[in-house]
Amino acid sequence: MKLGLAIRELHRAEKSMARDLRKTADRHAAEHEVHHVAQDLAGWSEEHVHELTRHGRNYGLHLDERVPGSGPLAPLRTTLAELSAGRPEPGLLLLADLRRLHRKAAGVSLDWELLAQGAQAAKDTELLELASRCHPQTLRQMKWTNAMLKSMSPQILTS
Amino acid sequence: MPQRDGITEPWGARRPYGPGEHWPTRVDSYLADGVTPESVQRWVRSAAVLHSNGDGLDIAVRDSRIVGVRGRSDDRVNRGRLDPKDLFGWQANSASDRLTTPLVRRHGELVEASWDEAMDHIVRRSRELLDEQGPGALGFYTSGQLFAEEYYALAAVARGGIGTNHLDGNTRLCTATAAAALKESFGCDGQPASYTDVDHADVIALFGHNVAETQAVLWSRILDRLAGPEPPALLCVDPREMPVAQAATLHLAPLPGSNVALMNGLLHEIIENGWVDRGYVERCTVGYDDLAATVADYPPERVAEICGLEPAQIREAGRLLGTAERLLCTVLQGFYQSHQAAAAAVQVNNLVLLRGMLGKPGAGVLQMNGQPTAENTRECGADGDLTGFRNWANDEHVAELAKLWNVDVSRIPHYGPPTHLMQMLRYAENGSLRFLWVSATNPAVSLPDLHRIRSILAQDRLFLVVQDAFRTETAELADVVLPAAMWGEKTGTFTNADRTVHLSEKAVEPPGQARADLDIFLDYARRMDLRDADGAPFPAWTDAELAFEAWKRASRGRPCDYSGLSYRKLREVSGIQWPCTEERPDGTERLYTDGKFFAAPDYCESYGRDLVTGAPTEPVEYQAMNPSGKAMLKAAGYLQPHERPDEAHPFLLINGRTIHHFHTRTKTGRAPQLDAAAPEVWLEVSEADAAAAGLSEGDLAEVSTPRGAVRAHVRLGGIREGVLFLPFHYSYWDVDHAASKDGDRAANELTFTDCDPVSKQPLFKVAAAALRKVGDEQPAPTIAPAHTTVHEELVTGATR
Repeated sequence: MKLGLAIRELHRAEKSMARDLRKTADRHAAEHEVHHVAQDLAGWSEEHVHELTRHGRNYGLHLDERVPGSGPLAPLRTTLAELSAGRPEPGLLLLADLRRLHRKAAGVSLDWELLAQGAQAAKDTELLELASRCHPQTLRQMKWTNAMLKSMSPQILTS
Repeated sequence: MPQRDGITEPWGARRPYGPGEHWPTRVDSYLADGVTPESVQRWVRSAAVLHSNGDGLDIAVRDSRIVGVRGRSDDRVNRGRLDPKDLFGWQANSASDRLTTPLVRRHGELVEASWDEAMDHIVRRSRELLDEQGPGALGFYTSGQLFAEEYYALAAVARGGIGTNHLDGNTRLCTATAAAALKESFGCDGQPASYTDVDHADVIALFGHNVAETQAVLWSRILDRLAGPEPPALLCVDPREMPVAQAATLHLAPLPGSNVALMNGLLHEIIENGWVDRGYVERCTVGYDDLAATVADYPPERVAEICGLEPAQIREAGRLLGTAERLLCTVLQGFYQSHQAAAAAVQVNNLVLLRGMLGKPGAGVLQMNGQPTAENTRECGADGDLTGFRNWANDEHVAELAKLWNVDVSRIPHYGPPTHLMQMLRYAENGSLRFLWVSATNPAVSLPDLHRIRSILAQDRLFLVVQDAFRTETAELADVVLPAAMWGEKTGTFTNADRTVHLSEKAVEPPGQARADLDIFLDYARRMDLRDADGAPFPAWTDAELAFEAWKRASRGRPCDYSGLSYRKLREVSGIQWPCTEERPDGTERLYTDGKFFAAPDYCESYGRDLVTGAPTEPVEYQAMNPSGKAMLKAAGYLQPHERPDEAHPFLLINGRTIHHFHTRTKTGRAPQLDAAAPEVWLEVSEADAAAAGLSEGDLAEVSTPRGAVRAHVRLGGIREGVLFLPFHYSYWDVDHAASKDGDRAANELTFTDCDPVSKQPLFKVAAAALRKVGDEQPAPTIAPAHTTVHEELVTGATR
């Protein structure tokens, strides 16, 4: 039974997603839309980490449910973002960050799919229910990064 | 003729009436000292332009000057009544400090210039930027007070002529959430209900809607119902105990920022108790299961904890809404300018949909406007929408618009949603937007986090054009200032919150060299040599009536269809509701009477957005979710506000309006009676909080957030504990204070930059703040008492 492995991997990926969303929020503190929504969406990933930790116990996993904040450098990142608010360069950095988040969310989404498939085969209805509750939120994270890239890139790339 | 004080008795005498009866007429008027009705030379048709109620009125003219106003007894909206802003606001037109010549910045100073000099300067810079960077360097930010013709012209110039995606209106601050909520639920903007629903309702629920101060004449209508037989029950949701709350059957004062939780709790009660109109929901909506699953997590106990209410209050409100027979719901800034704005407003739509309360007398929802001509900004496409409620994500709609304008489809940007105001300013901040043309609005006072806004607008690298009737705080930062004509000095149409279109005629000449906004936009188009695909000047029209005819063609076949209207018809009838077509020559009182919506995938204005992330829904997703164009029930979970009180900033600060002022007091501060009625900023504090801070009525207090501080005299009031209120109108033009420096009087020194992800409306009602006393009670400022007596004629017998 390798479902535990899948849970462990997804747990790691969601944690990383939450951290990256928070880092992006800090790094682009002047982009208020990105800043606030990224934090809200980090909350979803954090909730997924909690759920996976709880369910992982059924598979003998002792996963850490703490999601570290965006690290000791967070205030520095925010200050840098505020200081460079009037510069054009952070625009490209923003596109790069959103692009990375998008790819990461796509990976998490695939992992949820795998987990759901495994849960069905293993007849773990609770896990299947968990996946069908969390996966749509991952898809919404992905749609958000895609939408932000779409609406912001024309201005950033033509200026 | 009976008289009253227009300031202290803003709602006037009661004319009680019962359910289903016509609202009796009462004609209010105010004329300048020494002017009698007999000595008025001309009465000129218009409507109120200082709030979104759209009250029909006539402007009194004598010796080529405006000398007063009188309500129109035949008007469907106000039946003759006028509110304080209407009665006294017209005096601003003849204020001594009107802008009368263009100004151009030379060596750091704004100096007088000719129209040619000013326009050439603007045109030269526009061309340079178009050559250097393209249309993305140029942005236009307009108002909620111009006329439909002017918005349509601006939309054509910006989108079809220049080809920029950066065009928005200051309706973004007031009404964007109303539009967004309607699009989310019904696939299209457009007010479903009508003010006449007040005449029929048995329950009226006001969600964050301080109607007594924002739309005083509509409140008179409600008061007249309350005074008559079988009065409606009133539910008021607002953290302040204002007049609506005092008249309410039930007042809920939730903590600011908790509206989604409250609404989910109310919907939970509706579903739990079986008050859902199953037939209607099955026939006319999609999305029920999702909504039911989401609100199942919001039992009254949990909601009460989030909102700071008692569970019993939520149950009682649920029962009131759930058992109403004719339920009218209204929504305004208490929801629109707060956390999760669109998600909360959508839940009110869900409420009327679940209860099947749509399209019949007394039942419906009014997602209100804050600005008087906001509806026109939206329908003409001078905000984040495309002309005629067209869908930017639908290629056929864009092609249709290109054909209408006879321009290449690639000219009209539609690579993404039109840029909203706060994003435009962000682009100006990072230097990628280098030209901003602001018409008839004052962002240097009205936007959140003013220190930041001032620093953006004051940049050398940003070319700022300001078109206004007065030298506003924003004009002080401009490179070119264009003097504009005001209401009463130009002709055009405008539409109120319940889709009623009025014609406003020119009564007097504008002062000096001031010009109508329409003429200024068209002049710019000519000087820029904008042309259509056949090389003809674009836009082709040359005056207001021709612009209106062009707008009619643009609206034909769309939900906001004006094709049955004309200036001639609007001169015969005082106020007609769109859609007005050949088949419906008298207009349309209510939308969606047949359970059919403007939501079909090929017709809808918007495919909607995710209520939490704001990401636009893709066309295929919409097609799959709502193939037959039903109303959409959309769920949203509650999220914590982005700024929460802590030890250093223990209060929640909200801001809002007062009945006497409009926007940044550019006009109302220049009307003596309105200025005298509320000359200074104040701070509303609950008695308990004031006592804890050692504050008494009239003391000078300082309220501060990490962004700044405001000093204001304390008013003890029925606001819930832990919450503070500041009116947002006050700024610096009338005090000795340079507009470009940080000040301590404007409420927006304190707010922070955050927008609703769906509507992109900035949030003004969620900031954590600290409070301290700085001075003892001070005498009220001495202001010469102004003449405030207005006439009130009770006309007997219905004239409808």
